[in-house]
Amino acid sequence: MGRITLSDICKSFGAVHVLHGIDLDIAEGELVVFVGPSGCGKSTLLRLIAGLEKPTSGKIEINGNDVTRVNAADRGLAMVFQSYALYPHMSVRQNMAFGLENAHLPKSEIADRIAEASRMLEIGDYLDRRPGQLSGGQRQRVAIGRAIVRNPTAFLLDEPLSNLDAELRVSMRAELASLHARLKTTMIYVTHDQIEAMTLADRIVVLRKGRIEQVDTPLNLFNRPANLFVAGFIGAPAMNFIAARSDGAGNGGTAFRYLDDGRVELPVTEPLSNGAGATLGIRPQHLRLAGNSDPASFHATVTLVEALGAETVVHTQVAGGEKMLAVLPGQAELERGETIALTFDPANLHAFGENGMRLAGI
Amino acid sequence: MKRIAEFLLRRRGGSGWHWTDIVTWVWLVGGLLIMFGPALWLVGSSFKSPAQLAEFPPTLLPYVSQQATVEGYDKPLTLYDVTLENGEKRRLAEIRRIGIVAQMVDPENPGEVIKVNIQNRTPAREVGFATENYTEPFLHFDFLLYLRNSVFVTLMATLITLVTNSMAAFALSKYQFRGRSLVMLLILATLMVPLSVILVPLYSVISAMGLFNSLWGVILPTVATPTGVFLLRQYMLTIPDELLDAARMDKASEWQIYWRIVLPLTAPALAVLAIFSVVWRWNDFLWPLIVLSRKELYTLQVGLNTYAGELNVQWHFILAMTVVTMIPVVLVFIFLQRFITAGIAGSGLK
Amino acid sequence: MGSLKRNIGAALAAPVTAAAALIDKPLRAWQSATGTGGMATFFLAPNMLIFGIFVLFPLVVNFVYSMTGGTALFLPDRPFVGAEHYERLLDCTDYTDPRSCKDDQFWIAVRNTALFVVLQVGLMTVVAMITALILNRDLRARSFWRAVFFFPVLLSPVVVGLIWRWILQREGLLNFMLYELGGEPVVWLTDRFWAFAAAVGVSIWAHVGFYALILLAGLQAIPRDLYEAAEMDGTRPGRVFWRITLPLLAPNLLVVIVLALIRAVQIFDEVYVLTGGGPGTSTLFLTQYIYEVGFASLLRNPGLAAAASILMGAVLVVLTLIQLNLSRRNSGKGGGR
Repeated sequence: MGRITLSDICKSFGAVHVLHGIDLDIAEGELVVFVGPSGCGKSTLLRLIAGLEKPTSGKIEINGNDVTRVNAADRGLAMVFQSYALYPHMSVRQNMAFGLENAHLPKSEIADRIAEASRMLEIGDYLDRRPGQLSGGQRQRVAIGRAIVRNPTAFLLDEPLSNLDAELRVSMRAELASLHARLKTTMIYVTHDQIEAMTLADRIVVLRKGRIEQVDTPLNLFNRPANLFVAGFIGAPAMNFIAARSDGAGNGGTAFRYLDDGRVELPVTEPLSNGAGATLGIRPQHLRLAGNSDPASFHATVTLVEALGAETVVHTQVAGGEKMLAVLPGQAELERGETIALTFDPANLHAFGENGMRLAGI
Repeated sequence: MKRIAEFLLRRRGGSGWHWTDIVTWVWLVGGLLIMFGPALWLVGSSFKSPAQLAEFPPTLLPYVSQQATVEGYDKPLTLYDVTLENGEKRRLAEIRRIGIVAQMVDPENPGEVIKVNIQNRTPAREVGFATENYTEPFLHFDFLLYLRNSVFVTLMATLITLVTNSMAAFALSKYQFRGRSLVMLLILATLMVPLSVILVPLYSVISAMGLFNSLWGVILPTVATPTGVFLLRQYMLTIPDELLDAARMDKASEWQIYWRIVLPLTAPALAVLAIFSVVWRWNDFLWPLIVLSRKELYTLQVGLNTYAGELNVQWHFILAMTVVTMIPVVLVFIFLQRFITAGIAGSGLK
Repeated sequence: MGSLKRNIGAALAAPVTAAAALIDKPLRAWQSATGTGGMATFFLAPNMLIFGIFVLFPLVVNFVYSMTGGTALFLPDRPFVGAEHYERLLDCTDYTDPRSCKDDQFWIAVRNTALFVVLQVGLMTVVAMITALILNRDLRARSFWRAVFFFPVLLSPVVVGLIWRWILQREGLLNFMLYELGGEPVVWLTDRFWAFAAAVGVSIWAHVGFYALILLAGLQAIPRDLYEAAEMDGTRPGRVFWRITLPLLAPNLLVVIVLALIRAVQIFDEVYVLTGGGPGTSTLFLTQYIYEVGFASLLRNPGLAAAASILMGAVLVVLTLIQLNLSRRNSGKGGGR
């Protein structure tokens, strides 16, 4: 129970088109995270699934039933809102009971469910308090509790951790993960924080400007981003990009020229005309200081050194003025203005064609 | 006493008298006298007997003249402090007065009749309250009826105002629908049309509906207040929409959202509107004056005005009835002043 | 005690809650039939129905009334007379002299109202301003003093009128005080000049607290550090008032003046109770004219009253538009007031 299928969903508010033809299949028990920059339509997509908005066109199915025109109340879903949206004039217990009373559940059943949820979330001590008397973390738990007691087909969570401070966010993230492991209910989670996305998700849906850019597991997204946008969006600090040109086929792949005198051969199978433009990507963590013998190295001028202790973030500028970021392990002794040689393992390179899509073969 | 003086004479900065300190002091004390004085004078006067009200110069406090039952006389006699010709001062009871000579008698010794020039005597009296000023109108006039009518009009109008205004405010703050700005504009436009501008056609509408000489004819035209709708809408706009979405996910119907979520959360604004509505409707005068022509339907304000016209010389009743009319508003003032001042400062409501 | 209170509250609320629950079912059906848009209609309906019948419809019909004649109440019975009433109201050989007008009563009312508006609003604004400035000082028990000035605002016009009739009568408190000071008694309410002065004075007494409150709220919104900065610069108090307080208070002051104007134009109840419009016509104001022509006098003329009320309404519309414009500009500044 809890399979959600979206087919060709479009949504516009007046003349503003927010979503363009979204297709997505969410398996039962899966935790899917919608991630993307603000304005990408991720929250709207969640509200469409919830039934709080109706799509302009397309079809939404839950467990094979078409619910496109069904009201929010009758979809059997539960939602945790960004602001928690706890009813301020009701106690914690009444907040959790409200939805169950509306569904005309017997009183004993309501009490049982609240007791179970409050045990699970450790909120039993303040069941009779009002939301205004609770801390941010406690409110968060109550909001989750209110969703749990409903025994929903799926949970929808709209940036649920964004109002918490950094420390609490990390611990709540872990709790949410274990909660999902325990409940095994489908969850759809919207966030703009890619760390949340990476740590929680079974699969991540990357959205941009109302379109799905890529759907995959966190590590696949990280290792094999399908296009320049995903490559730049996933991973922190963001991936470095270098403009390059193809330089004919080499043995078992294509050679690329980059910067002034760099040349690298990659196992790209896609046929590229000689001199065709491309973009090479390398994550800052995959750059290291070059020894004398390293072939694929280039020179860069240090503009800023951020020593974090466990690692050192080096801001540099390469020939042509492009900025390049390197995260070096440990504590590197570098100074601003120094010229250093950086290198990488070609296996860690990403290559994208002129249309921004990942080149086949790597 | 010293504390009070210190309190009243508190100065700016605490050292030396600035001229603004004097102005402040004079203004505040003067304000206290001018603002409270007339109402206190009214209350004091309302306990005076008709004879005392006619006195000039008036006394500050109400007095009742003392009377004594004297053996041999059926009615109680009024007591006077008399200065006799020989300079002796005694307290005597008056039997009758002929011209400037009063025939008096000593209550202790009823046999002897003493003749006294009326200039040599003053009524013996003590502070007391002529409560019959209050009881009489209740017993013999329709005052109780007016009171009931006023209470009915005030409560009903306030109740309907709260319900209809809050429903409209809910629709206007929480729904997107076609014509919403038109409705807003219409309501806004009526801010410009007070009742006094549409008296004639409104009167004919009321008559056509058979509401002339009906309390409902007083109530209905006053309840669709634009001010109320605006006040409540402004407040409801601050309730996050996510809360409504949460309720929808919780299987609440739109009516339940209004009734169980939005209305309880609007309580502070509802309280302000309720207080104002009570004061407005209690004080309404012109419209009830037009709609109600049968005496038994009069509200307090109309009834009081009519009495003031009819009982022109019977100020003792009018004053007492005025005090009664004032009481609910004074209670509102004492207990709810904080809400009212906040409401006015926040929205310019009146 | 608390639980008892809650129980009583619950008992009182029970029937209301039950009623609300009872109508939920049909409303749910309606909701599923019409969607949330239909519910918006439902929530708006009661207010708009009352509003339409008792405000909007009369407003439109008022124009028709003003162009029909006779004493009949219902429109179908009234003959069309065109602009006759307006012509009658506006027919003057010399607009400064009511006696030269066809409807002299109307012009007396207009003249009285205009004079009243100027005097009452002018004086009241000054008094409200001084009161607000004083209440804004570093006073102990400020809320008490604020309440002192606010107290008469809530009194009903009838009560206000009667209180002052009692004080201003021939053998009333005021004449006693004059007598004590060695003055001659004055027949306040039967002297043309003094009756008008009393109307102005009493209406100021009754309303000044309201406007002082608005101005006080404005004064309290002026940041303290501005005054501290001025003090550091050694600015004289008078200059502080003219250069800091007044400019920053200007929006509130304008709102106060326009609000007071709107209400002064409609002056009726308290003066009616105080003087009945007399002596003669010396305190006859526009609303009383409309009331008497439309309802009270033997020669009822609803059409004429409607025409007069439309002329008064036109003035009010102009004033209200100014006020709305002002308050929009104020809130645009982010004062949030």
